[in-house]
Amino acid sequence: MLENKAQLRLVKGDEATHEPYTIAMGPQHPATHGVLKLDLELDGETVLECKPTVGFLHRGVEKLAENLSYAQTLPLTDRLDYIASMANNVAYSIAVEKLLDIEVPLRAKYIRTMVMEMARLTGHLLWLATHALDIGAMTVFLYCFREREILLDMFEEICGARLTTSYTCIGGVRQDVTGHFLESLYDFTEDFPSKIKEYETLIDKNRIWLKRTQDVGIVSAEDAVSLGLTGPTLRGSGVDYDVRKHMPYDAYPYVKFEVPIGSKGDVYDRYRCRMEEMHQSNSIIRQCIEALPTGPIRAADAPDLVMPYGIQKKVAADATFSSGIIKLVKDSERYIEGDVYVAAEVPKGELGFYFVSDGKGVPYRMHIRSPSYIHIGALSFLCKGQMVADVIAIIGSVDVVLGECDR
Amino acid sequence: MEPLEIAKKIKERFPDQVIDVEEHRGQVGVIVKKDRIVELLRWLHDDPALHLNHLADLCGVDYLGKKDVRFEVVYNLYSIPLRHGIRIRAQVPEDDCQIESVTSIWMGADWHERECYDLLGITFGGHPDLRRILLPDGWEGHPLRKDYPLDGGGKNWSGYDKVLERSKKLRKYDFYGTYQDPTKKTGIEDARE
Repeated sequence: MLENKAQLRLVKGDEATHEPYTIAMGPQHPATHGVLKLDLELDGETVLECKPTVGFLHRGVEKLAENLSYAQTLPLTDRLDYIASMANNVAYSIAVEKLLDIEVPLRAKYIRTMVMEMARLTGHLLWLATHALDIGAMTVFLYCFREREILLDMFEEICGARLTTSYTCIGGVRQDVTGHFLESLYDFTEDFPSKIKEYETLIDKNRIWLKRTQDVGIVSAEDAVSLGLTGPTLRGSGVDYDVRKHMPYDAYPYVKFEVPIGSKGDVYDRYRCRMEEMHQSNSIIRQCIEALPTGPIRAADAPDLVMPYGIQKKVAADATFSSGIIKLVKDSERYIEGDVYVAAEVPKGELGFYFVSDGKGVPYRMHIRSPSYIHIGALSFLCKGQMVADVIAIIGSVDVVLGECDR
Repeated sequence: MEPLEIAKKIKERFPDQVIDVEEHRGQVGVIVKKDRIVELLRWLHDDPALHLNHLADLCGVDYLGKKDVRFEVVYNLYSIPLRHGIRIRAQVPEDDCQIESVTSIWMGADWHERECYDLLGITFGGHPDLRRILLPDGWEGHPLRKDYPLDGGGKNWSGYDKVLERSKKLRKYDFYGTYQDPTKKTGIEDARE
């Protein structure tokens, strides 16, 4: 309906009665979710051209990583998608583990899956809160932050930080989970489906919400794949692509879950996908708690990267206790030339790390394939011919965070 | 299909283009010449038995002093319906630092290529809008090249110098005397030196 209207306007734009004009939206704008600048060329309220400008938050993570050891780069990944940093930690760790061929113990795999799904919940809750706020539903914001707060407190309990967690390490996780943590998380998962219902009663059948989201920002399945969209943004268009199913990592092969997909590819479908995903994440967390095995939480054969678990002899031989620092053994067999690309499904989409190693303790090249970057690149395609007010809805529905985009 | 089989198929189809096939940790990379890269990738994208429709990642790598050919542009491809993937690595020499753009195959390659141009200085022929993306327009050099210094070489970015000049002009409006000269060294910096 709206699209037809927009096309009508475009035809009229050729007439000399009115001329197109340009406005700059951002970089300081509450609805752009960070320092994103959009140069909108408008005809009345119809967007003729949308040119996103990014890079305001560029910190050169890739260049820094070339000069830091694998373990030292891990805290930098917190600052990519700071909304769900746990997911970034896991994505980085599995990539390095693939490059260095490290086998992670089963308990660590389950814990990682658990925290990754918790990160997905925090990410989706913040997305729902801000997306609804942008469209005009203020109350949802407060409801979502209520639950997000509980999850962040739990992050604090296991690693001491709420946002910049750095919880995983290469070869496992840093600290073991406590019984209290598991109990409180299990209690949370029992309540949480009813909380999702609460959000849905607020907006799911709300007439204003439906008018703002249905048939807005439609992207076909073919275009979505061609644009490189991933995650719920792609699945809203009906493409069944989830890295957790296609290239399973950690404990995802051992848990049961479904991948919700949409049909039409509009803002509403993407919203529904994420809501369903929260149910699935909730169920994955429950399964992980129920099946959590006992055992070590760090790989025993990654001595240069973590404190070894159960091979104290090797450390003692190389330890320089006089200076008060334990020098870890470098296992040169692990560092061989080669390259890998490993992806993980973070709340925003497919976060991939491409590593080139030249056999040294630092990566020769690290490239981050960040979903937000690709999604913002797709904005000019998505916003063409839409109304200005719908641009806000579309930015919200593709779910971007600029820390990850600019790296 | 196994990645090695795909590599074999590429070798059969483009025997003069494939230079080498490398395997590492179960992942296969096919090193190719850049001459017919668009044709090769289009074939990989369109062939029904391969159908590599998802361009997962595109990036450049600088092998300064490591390899004879300095740059490589890496395409990580994946097939969503057939669930297999392969990596194509196209060699780009320093004296002819240019490769054809693949935006005609994947729309999403647009920003990947712009990033590659911005940070490594590899030009993409036929790209619709090849500008800097993460760095400002007036930036000198390409930071991800191996001969680019990590600390920036002690020179300010020209845009920053402009801001400093502007702040000097606007100093006459500093009625409360709170202005601090950003170029002037503070005690903390002296201590560090």
